[in-house]
Amino acid sequence: MAEKVLMKGNEAIAEAAIMAGCRHYFGYPITPQTEIAAYMAKRMPKIGGCFLQAESEIAAINMVYGAASAGVRVMTSSSSPGISLKGEGLSYMAGSDLPALVINVQRGGPGLGGIQPSQSDYFQSTRGGGHGDYHMIILAPASVQEMASLTFKGFDLAEKYRMTAMILADGTMGQMMEPVSLEMGEINEHDKSWAVTGTKMARKHNIINSLSLIPEELEQQNFDRYARYKKVEENEVMYEEYLMDDAEICIVAFGIAARVSRNAINEARAQGIKVGMIRPITLWPFPKDALDKAADTCKAFISVELSMGQMIEDVQLATKCRRPVTLCNRAGGMIPSPEEVLQAIKEAKGGLE
Amino acid sequence: MSTMNILIAGFGGQGVLFAGKFLAYKGLLEDRQVSWLPSYGPEMRGGTANCNVILSDDPIGSPIVNKPDCLIVMNKPSLDKFVDTVVPGGMILIDSTMIDSKVERDDVTVYYVPASKLAGDAGFSTLANMILVGKLLYAMKDKGMDNVEEILKHVIPARKMDLLDINKKAIQTGYDYEA
Repeated sequence: MAEKVLMKGNEAIAEAAIMAGCRHYFGYPITPQTEIAAYMAKRMPKIGGCFLQAESEIAAINMVYGAASAGVRVMTSSSSPGISLKGEGLSYMAGSDLPALVINVQRGGPGLGGIQPSQSDYFQSTRGGGHGDYHMIILAPASVQEMASLTFKGFDLAEKYRMTAMILADGTMGQMMEPVSLEMGEINEHDKSWAVTGTKMARKHNIINSLSLIPEELEQQNFDRYARYKKVEENEVMYEEYLMDDAEICIVAFGIAARVSRNAINEARAQGIKVGMIRPITLWPFPKDALDKAADTCKAFISVELSMGQMIEDVQLATKCRRPVTLCNRAGGMIPSPEEVLQAIKEAKGGLE
Repeated sequence: MSTMNILIAGFGGQGVLFAGKFLAYKGLLEDRQVSWLPSYGPEMRGGTANCNVILSDDPIGSPIVNKPDCLIVMNKPSLDKFVDTVVPGGMILIDSTMIDSKVERDDVTVYYVPASKLAGDAGFSTLANMILVGKLLYAMKDKGMDNVEEILKHVIPARKMDLLDINKKAIQTGYDYEA
């Protein structure tokens, strides 16, 4: 195993992207993710890569669109308001079936909001983000190690399914330092015969485009795309279970909320309450089957979120509303304390008696 | 102690984040679980900074330190804000050059170290932070000064490595100071 180093989550993302073969980065600064751009600005020129600070987020995502069309590994990063600006480009890229990695280190909203950690872009990201029928693969790291490993994996998944993958982190994950091993393994090669790289007069030219004026054809494209999404749902769901073997209460939480919940679960267990956690690592595809199965034995669910309650709807859908699901949340840049989560656990326990 | 939650707070520029980084690397080099979380919000832009460091033998849940076992404070507003959050039996290290008030709790161990004055007298006025770190190493009583140089080599950027010796001296000064 490689030596562990201390890195900020944002830096770990940038380094892992470079290790994944990303040589094109386009971005525009915004707190709390600016370290990603700073790291890329420092490293890319030294390794023959391209770092470009665009004139806006909209420009940056369209540069990503262009680079992705040429089949190269490309990334952009931003935080909540900046991701909204990128929405149009994300939709165009989905309509053109292009792979890319987008980083969202979330901050409190709506609007310009604040700069403190948040998870309130859950709906936006898991439902596509822009207009039209589409999905992105949404990866939710809960440690600096995962900031690195999911970035590396994100590029692979994006190319494998010709989709945009997104790292949905938050300000805490971006700013904190933890030991990280940068051993990332081999880069998988994927078919790029669709890329616009010049025909050399030897083949028919490729076209990358999201405009399709014939409804029959556009419908078929949507059907084909969703057949691909189905494969993603079948093959790429990731989650982690914590103390679920005998759990009668199940917490569902991702990212920093899962880290806080872990403290609360340990305390609750010390007090004799049988509580565990399912931590989705992919938010789309959502670990529906794992939650449905948990609902066979767990009598209550708690969704712990840094939002007004967004993922809770997916928990209710996945468990088919067979069990009560309560919300334990803070918003606007606030983070629930372990004591608040413990209180929610106790209330759920009380509801069972 | 299997887990130590540390909160370091002061003004921006006092080296709060650097002191935290030193402690985090200490944990890393001792094969412990480690997390380091800085404040990056509007309070930082207004001039105060703080840093949460957790050293543990078990996997770390939340990286946020709400109830520190150890509080290091370098200005009065930080002492006022955090003094009551320290767990009973915990410790508070105070730069008594910057803070003239006393802690009124009797369930915590308090070290008053005139760190800014000691640093100024010794000719490294910017290293009050490391003097307090030295006192913490003394209070932790685990490895003393054993691996200080190795830790410093990891946290001081290569282009500033000429500052290694005075950092070491500052830590020693704090370690030896009779509070």
